[in-house]
Order: sequence, then structure tokens, then C-alpha cells
Amino acid sequence: MKPIYQRPKSLKQVVTHYCPGCTHGIAHRLLAEVIDELGIQGKTIGVASVGCSVFAYNYIDVDFQQAAHGRAPAVATGIKRVLPDRIVFTYQGDGDLASIGAAEIVHAAARGENITVIFINNAIYGMTGGQMAPTSLLGQKTTTSPAGRDARAQGYPLRVSELIATIEGARYVARFSLHNPQNIQRAKQGIKKAFSNQIEGKGFSMVELLSTCSTNWGLSPQNALKWLEENMLPVYPLGEFKGKEGE
Amino acid sequence: MEKKVIFHEEYCKSCELCVNVCPKKIIRIKDDLNRQGYHPAFVRDEDQELCISCALCARMCPDAVIEVYK
Amino acid sequence: MSEPVLMKGNEAIAEAAIRAGCRFFFGYPITPQNEIPEYMSKRLPEVGGVFLQAESEVSSINMVYGAAGAGGRVLISSSSPGISLMQEGISYLAGSELPCVIVNMSRGGPGLGGIQPSQADYFQATKGGGHGDYRLIVYGPATIQEACNLMMKAFDVADKYRNPVMVLGDGMIGQMMEPVVFPDTSEVRLPEKPWATTGNEGRKSNLISSIILDPEELDAHNWRLQEKYNRIRENEVMYEVAHGDDSEWFLVAYGTVARICRKVMEQARKNGVKVGLIRPITLWPFPDKAFKDVVHKAKGFLCVEMSTGQMVEDVRLAVNGKAPVYFYGRTGGAVPNPKSVEKRLYEMISGKTPVVSDYWEKRGGGAAE
Repeated sequence: MKPIYQRPKSLKQVVTHYCPGCTHGIAHRLLAEVIDELGIQGKTIGVASVGCSVFAYNYIDVDFQQAAHGRAPAVATGIKRVLPDRIVFTYQGDGDLASIGAAEIVHAAARGENITVIFINNAIYGMTGGQMAPTSLLGQKTTTSPAGRDARAQGYPLRVSELIATIEGARYVARFSLHNPQNIQRAKQGIKKAFSNQIEGKGFSMVELLSTCSTNWGLSPQNALKWLEENMLPVYPLGEFKGKEGE
Repeated sequence: MEKKVIFHEEYCKSCELCVNVCPKKIIRIKDDLNRQGYHPAFVRDEDQELCISCALCARMCPDAVIEVYK
Repeated sequence: MSEPVLMKGNEAIAEAAIRAGCRFFFGYPITPQNEIPEYMSKRLPEVGGVFLQAESEVSSINMVYGAAGAGGRVLISSSSPGISLMQEGISYLAGSELPCVIVNMSRGGPGLGGIQPSQADYFQATKGGGHGDYRLIVYGPATIQEACNLMMKAFDVADKYRNPVMVLGDGMIGQMMEPVVFPDTSEVRLPEKPWATTGNEGRKSNLISSIILDPEELDAHNWRLQEKYNRIRENEVMYEVAHGDDSEWFLVAYGTVARICRKVMEQARKNGVKVGLIRPITLWPFPDKAFKDVVHKAKGFLCVEMSTGQMVEDVRLAVNGKAPVYFYGRTGGAVPNPKSVEKRLYEMISGKTPVVSDYWEKRGGGAAE
């Protein structure tokens, strides 16, 4: 029998610390698959951020640097400027990228920094225990918006991909979702494109992945996927905002 | 009999996302616990031939538990 | 040896870095150090290097983290408020044991303060600055020539110990012009960095990180760092003592204030006063030995700083109660003039407690020490 699906080589053979059903695991696996398919494991350097994915280096078998909260694009810039022929990616959550690291991501895009950014948007702070994120939905209850996010007091969800897509230096900006196998497959193609762009020297690429946090959402893994589909997709429409084929 | 779908149980956290995407509904949850203390997902030997090797389970699995062959 | 050239301190420091093999510079504009990034933006491309002006000091120090982790020889420069913004990144560099050189052309604070020379960042530079138990190796040059020599040394020391090194100028060093001779650096060879994240081709993956959640492991990491800092204390202390053999009274100063104190010392010695000068060159590790060598015969130490009294605490620790230690300071860009220092010196010698500040003296009050 021929293999249809096997564990990617770049994914270490260890159990992750993520909660059951956490889509970080899917995103990691897709990254590893893309790294394998492009044959770039030996020349790729990852930048882990602060959040649940701080230990991404325990799972994806490439050289890694662990960055201060929000600073992954700056760290990636430093690496890429020293080693322009290596492949450098950041892996950041929404607290890291859209809140404390908003300046770094905007300016990395503005410089057209030839790096790849994987942006995990699950509308909440995971590692610190379910606090409100800039990406939390209106009405969403978190440990710091216990009555639900109120626009008058806490503002509106930040649509990062749409924002970054307005920046001239950004080459490819797209949002995908990890809530079912079809969308996961599309996400993989997006990640692959974001890495291929870097290999071809085309410049800054960012892939936003709508993700779940069943633990802090207070839902079962299956219901979390459903919640994502029903509540996040209307606020965060999927698509390629910049760098579609032919653009 | 060669298996079409293999579960590396030690990675499984019993999230059941694979159970829900399987079009043939052949993925079950074991009564036994794995080393992490989860009830791992599996497909019974007698159900292996029902598998259509679509790999939706493997694509959905957050823990890369599943290998699929055809 | 090349011929002496007349250069502004900031530009000479930048050129010294390039000659030391530095090929990567990240920074953000702030007075009074702008000539360093400006010079680098012109010179680095000429030698195949990279100059990058970041969006903030916060970003620039994290670019340094990335570049240093990738094996680059990296320089960053700023001035006091900018250095404050970098403290988080510096803590990460120290925790992850990454080498780099940081120039602080410090200015008066606190807050936005002023843009004139100051030594008020001594605590921040020598006591850690950011969070956690760590140390920077800190050089306090007194001349532009010394600044250049120390810049070149700083990169090697940073690589040797995998630790950030700070060159703490006091604004005056950056802005004045002096003749400088650049040592021959044609033989500069950068060390191998097998720990750097360069891609795992043919080896196991490398990791640059400072997160250690296990208390036992983090405890061990901290004590291992202390072992390194102890090695630095043993091997890297630098200082100058003038007239240590026959002096009973000592002026203590670093950076440009040491130049003023040297003038005062020379004048006083002409008048027959047995006064010497202790000038720390490494501010961390602090040269305790310089004080231990003379304390048995010393009648008093007068520490002069462009601050309200920071290094004087280390002087007191080194002297350890065996002789009186006095302080005189000016801040905010006001530079102590030789007459005032001389006055404090004679107050000390005549058995009075020198007045700590001109400000308090004018008002007839203030807490005398």
C-alpha cells in the first residue's frame, strides 16, 4: 500500500503540551509538511513568540530563536539580514502579533522584509488564561471582559490581515481557517505560497490562521470548531487580501 | 491484513476531531488509557477495509496521530 | 599603526567598530549619538555590511538579538531614554547568552531629561538594568582614543563570554573631537559560533532561548551565569591609578570627569598635596582591587560624578569602611569645573565634609554626607 498521509519529517516525534483539540497542533503539522515538501529543513530558522506556542521549537525540528513578547518580526529581521539565503519564519499568536507586537509586524511589512509570518488568531490570550485579545469578538466573554467585549469600553476586533494588506511592502497576505479538513488543506497551500515567496525573494508574506482555544472558550474541541465557523468567519472573512495569483 | 489507517496512540489526546470528520464513521475511542492518560482514538481491525483512505482524519488531527495508506 | 586622524568621538567609535569586524548595526535616532548611525549608514554598505534604522529602540535591540543569534558581529547605539527602552531586550540577550556591543552616549535624566553629557546611567548599566540576575561588561572610556580601543576589545570580549558589552560614554565623548590612531586590524578573525541558528543542515537543531520554566533548571542556569560573571571579574577588570604610591588622598572618577579630576590632581600635587586619582575603566566588573591596594594608607576618597551619586556606592563597597568616602556631583549636563572639584578636595583635606552639590551649597542646605 502506498502512503497517503504520514507524520512529516520536520515534526519531532514528541507529544505536544497543547490542550486536546488545540489547532496549534494542526498549524505546526502544516508548517512541517510545507518545510518538508520545499526541502528547506536544513536552512530554515524559526522564531517562536510568547504565548502557548512559545515552545514551538520543541515540535518543529529546525533552528529556532525564542523572541520577547511581540518582537518576533524584529528578531526575524535580525536573522534574515545576517543570513539572507536562509528561510526565516515567525509563529505568533494574536496577543503577541496584534497587541504588543503591532508596531513590529507593521514595520516588518513596510520594509518588505523577506520573511514569512504565521499568525494564529484564536480571539483570546491562551497561555495567560483566557484574557481579552485585540481580536476578541464583540460580546465575547473572556476573563478580562467578563460581561462580554463592549465596543464602547474595549473597542473593536482588529482585522490584522486587512490592515497589513494595505502596506505596500507586503507581498502576500491571506487568511485561512483550521476548522475543517477542506480549509486546513487551503491553509496549507497558503503557507506554502508564503514560504515559496520568500525562497523566490519576493518579500514579506503573512498567513493568518483562524484557530480555536477550546480550553479558554470553555467549549469541547468539536464545539470550538463550530464556534469558530459560526462566530469568527463573519468577522474575519477568509481569502487572499494581497498577492493572489496574477496580482 | 495490511492496515489502511494507523493510529500512533501515544500522541492521541482524545479530542475526537477525527471521529467527527470520518465519512465512514469507523473511528472509535478506546476504553483503555494511553501513557498521557487519554482514551486514544482507533479503528477496529475488522473496520479497516471500510476505510476509503480519504485522510480527512489525518488532516484534522492536531497531534499527527494518524497515518493513512491506500 | 596608522597615522593619527582628527575625528568626532561618535564617528571614531563607529569606525572602530567596523575595523573590529562589526558588519551589522541596528538603531534608532536619538541625540547625542546620531553620528554613530549616520556614519554606519554610509560606511557599512561599503564593507558589505547591513545598516538598519528600526521603528523603535524596542525593535532595534530585538533585531540585535536575532542578528547576534544568527552569528553576526553586531553593534547598537543609543542614548539614555533609548537605552531604557532596550532593557527588556538586553535582559533577553544576557539570558540567552548572546554577544553584542551596546553604546550608550548617555544624557541627563530622569525622563526625557536633557541632551547634555551625564553619568546618571551608571546604576542602569552596572547593576543589571533590566529584569533578572545578569550583568553587562561595561567600559567607561575617558578619551576618544580609549573609546576606540575599548570598542575593538568589546567585540572580542562579548564573543569570548557570549555576553552583551556596553560602552558607556557620557555625551562629551561622543561630541568632542580628538586625534585618534586606529590599531592595525587586518588580522581580525571572527570566532566560530557553532551555537548560532544558521540552519540545522548536518547537525542537531540549535536553539536561542531564555525560557526555563523548571525552577531547578533556572536556578542552575543562574548560577552557571554567575560562574561566568566570576570569570569576567577575574580576567577583565581594567583601571588606572595615578600616583598610587605616595598619595594619601584620592579623587575617584571615570569618563570625562576623570580628565577634570586629573587636572585638579596635577595642580594640587604642584602645591605639594599628596593626591592621586583612581579611574575605573571597567565599571562592571568594578575595580575593587584599585581601592584595596591603597586603602591602608588612604585618608579619604572623593568620588566625582556627573550624577547625584551612583558609582560612589561601589567605591564605598570597595573601601568597606576603612577610610572616609565623599562625593561631589553635578547633573543634567552641567559638568563639574576644576575649581569646584579643587574646593571639595581641600574641604576634605582640611577635615571638613565636602559639600555634595553646588545647588545645596548655594541654598545653604541639603543633606551633607
